[in-house]
Amino acid sequence: MKVTITVNGKQMEDDIEDRTLLVHFLRDIAGLTATNVGCDTTSCGACTVLLDGESVKSCTVLAAQADGGAVTTVEGLAGADGSLHPVQRAFHAEHGLQCGFCTPGMVMAAVSLLKENPHPTEQQVRTGLEGNLCRCTGYHNIVRAVLAASAEEGA
Amino acid sequence: MSIMGTRVVRVEDPRLLTAGGTYTDDLRVPELAGAAHVTFVRSPFAHARITGIDISAAQAEPGVVAVMTGQDLDELPAPPADNPVSEPLLAKDTVRFVGEPVALVVTDGRYQGEDAAELVSVDYEALTAVVDIPASIEGETLLFPASGSNVLAAGGAETSDDAAFADCDVVVERTIVNQRVAPVPLETRAAAAAWTDGKLTVWISTQNAHWSRDAIAGGLGLEPTAVRVITPDVGGGFGAKIGADPDGIAVAWAAKKTGRPVRWVESRSENLVAMTHGRGQRHILKIGGDRDGRIKAYRLDLVQDAGAYPRMAPLLATLTSLMASGVYDIPHVETRFQVALTNTTPIAAYRGAGRPEATAAIERAVDLFAAEIGMDPAEVRRRNVIPPDRFPYTTPGGAEYDTGEYAAALDKVLAAAGYDELRAEQARRRENGDPVQLGIGLSTYVEITGGVPEAGETARVVVHDDGTVTVFTGSSPHGQGHATSWAMLVQDELGIPMEKVTVLHGDTESIPVGIGTFGSRSLQLGGTAVHQAALEVKEKARELAANELEANTADLEFDVAGGLWRVRGTPDIGLDWGRLAQLAGPDGLVADVHFTSDKSTFPFGAHVAVVEVDTETGKTTLVRHVTVDDAGPVLNPILAEGQRQGGIAQGAAQALLEEVLYDPQGNPVTSTLVDYSFVTATELPSFELVQMETPTNLNPLGVKGIGEAGTIGSTPAVQNAVVDAVAHLGVRHIDMPTTPERVWTAINEARAGQ
Repeated sequence: MKVTITVNGKQMEDDIEDRTLLVHFLRDIAGLTATNVGCDTTSCGACTVLLDGESVKSCTVLAAQADGGAVTTVEGLAGADGSLHPVQRAFHAEHGLQCGFCTPGMVMAAVSLLKENPHPTEQQVRTGLEGNLCRCTGYHNIVRAVLAASAEEGA
Repeated sequence: MSIMGTRVVRVEDPRLLTAGGTYTDDLRVPELAGAAHVTFVRSPFAHARITGIDISAAQAEPGVVAVMTGQDLDELPAPPADNPVSEPLLAKDTVRFVGEPVALVVTDGRYQGEDAAELVSVDYEALTAVVDIPASIEGETLLFPASGSNVLAAGGAETSDDAAFADCDVVVERTIVNQRVAPVPLETRAAAAAWTDGKLTVWISTQNAHWSRDAIAGGLGLEPTAVRVITPDVGGGFGAKIGADPDGIAVAWAAKKTGRPVRWVESRSENLVAMTHGRGQRHILKIGGDRDGRIKAYRLDLVQDAGAYPRMAPLLATLTSLMASGVYDIPHVETRFQVALTNTTPIAAYRGAGRPEATAAIERAVDLFAAEIGMDPAEVRRRNVIPPDRFPYTTPGGAEYDTGEYAAALDKVLAAAGYDELRAEQARRRENGDPVQLGIGLSTYVEITGGVPEAGETARVVVHDDGTVTVFTGSSPHGQGHATSWAMLVQDELGIPMEKVTVLHGDTESIPVGIGTFGSRSLQLGGTAVHQAALEVKEKARELAANELEANTADLEFDVAGGLWRVRGTPDIGLDWGRLAQLAGPDGLVADVHFTSDKSTFPFGAHVAVVEVDTETGKTTLVRHVTVDDAGPVLNPILAEGQRQGGIAQGAAQALLEEVLYDPQGNPVTSTLVDYSFVTATELPSFELVQMETPTNLNPLGVKGIGEAGTIGSTPAVQNAVVDAVAHLGVRHIDMPTTPERVWTAINEARAGQ
């Protein structure tokens, strides 16, 4: 089937197998490999992207369901001039990533969380990120990074 | 000013945060253009004989390039005839765990592989599955009949010395379980391979490029020089990505056999049954001492579950035995171990690898002893830790502890936690009969780091004629931040800003010798190698500059601010690094170092965990976790703290939540992330870290390893806290994971028994 999806502002059109997952559309067709697959049960959140502004786990969305929609991945988060998004900046400053595999999904989940709740408490951050797993950081610095980003204007 | 010890944010991050890393499945290199996909067919039986495999339906599927089975193994080198327990790349006659590779399909497309794998028809004749340890040792059913036993290895004390316990006021015995857990790096296992002109290139998600190269070459009967292994970004390892698994070697074989480049990435459901698990020990503890708090004798009798094949289980049991007596000066220490095969996923290293088990055992034992004599567990520890004037200290088990300040670490963590106030709050809640009770858990630990120190680690430091530096390291990062740390070491010695330093790793072609990252070895071995290579470069530079400036080397000095070598007293003339690299010749200014050490280092620390336990539901909440983790001088506190935080979380996860389970037939029941209780952000607090730095004298940087310390310390502290919360109800022990059901049951059993 034919789908048209706007990815990070760029319109992509392709003839795909019906069962193609959005994450594979992003990785294999759009060539954007930052979005990772970490599980097969919608548990880990490594594949989190924004679909029409809402965070979704792209391993559990068919590309067909995103037809006509707009997707933002971590590659599309920084400004056109290369300036980092406040969440990206905070993850860097607070050492919120180690191996980096969960990071693109974690960052997108954090962006979505702060959009819904610009000034969360620590507990709200923890609850908001419950669907995103990280094995390296113990979440400590991820939570600090999200709190730091929330304190920044424009987050 | 030295950059050492300063909080430098990572150079790795901007790329990972904007474009994402390049993990193995992300590779879009020309050598992999048009790569086919490998999908494994895995055993659904824990123990069965393979009576037939029909691949015809799979072969007829669209997009299928090849189907390979155990029948094809004949083209590979035969396993050593003297090893009755060897592990094949694909099972040929017998499968020994659910998830064992039986066949693989090579297909044009990723989804076609799933379809084709479904169509490989394997006939099995089920055999009795050996799932638990007693059945394994009993040996009625053998995994490898030719070996004559399921016990792979045994060691330690040959006889029990009961006399050592005879003159103790108090002796406590207990059987405890250190449960099997799954490492679950967020990136599952992955590999890609291309066979070109008689040479194999393998990209693999591993902690050791060079060991992987040797394993692949050995498995496929190739010379090591015919195999190049590249490790792209690696999404976590935690010990479970040491070397190359049979699956990874089979992927390389598929590329060679089909002549087509191939890729493989396993699903999480495959990962949870086919990547090695960790821990999996049963301990019988016996501890004795006097009512004044002095511990006089300790016995640890352990059985290590090996899973279905002998990967690293004997080493784990050996390390647990070696570290059995922990930080304590105990006159009589006795250990004994057996390593037993079961029809379950093989066991190998997982963050700590044998040491968390040793610490969990002794720390539980000390608390059991403290409860028995009615003394505060902090006081019992204080009375038994090895005092600072006894170092270097050789344990009864033969470990030589380099340096330690165990009582100081304990006092520091107790002060930071506000131990007395916590005990007062606990007493209040107990007195009030509060349904939510407070538990305070301690652990004091020592561990062994440096992982095969005698193999050492390599570094090549090259200063180029544009003044930039390249570091080639044999170490192999997968999240630790080597690129940042190694650049800091270069800047510190050469004064060249770290922005000008590029760190390369994980390519057996550009780095001929390397060992890798495991056992908390990177900084003390790989970092020292970089440090020493930088020193050598500096000495070469001094001589080149002396020669060029016609001065004595002794009169040469390096002006860090100006980045110039000068003759003392002549500030106008100087040579920069680029000029010196030109003078050195076409290869630039180069130093190669292979640093080795004949001894391990022994980091130590103390943890306090504070939990709330709802006595009506059994639910535990970890509310605080305070730690001292002393691994010597800290190069970059941000990175060291990150290691500690991640480690604490993994230990707390084992204590509270995580466990790999099988049913009696050997079917895994925790084979997805829905069923396996991977710890999330909601189940953890922010951690409180206290700094303490006691150097070792075993390397010039004075450093020990920090990678596993958090896990080793936190696991027993959290478990002890849960038991402590309900100790006043008569509970003395709760096995890990301390789930609500277990806590609730323990409370009710204790109440019923009173």
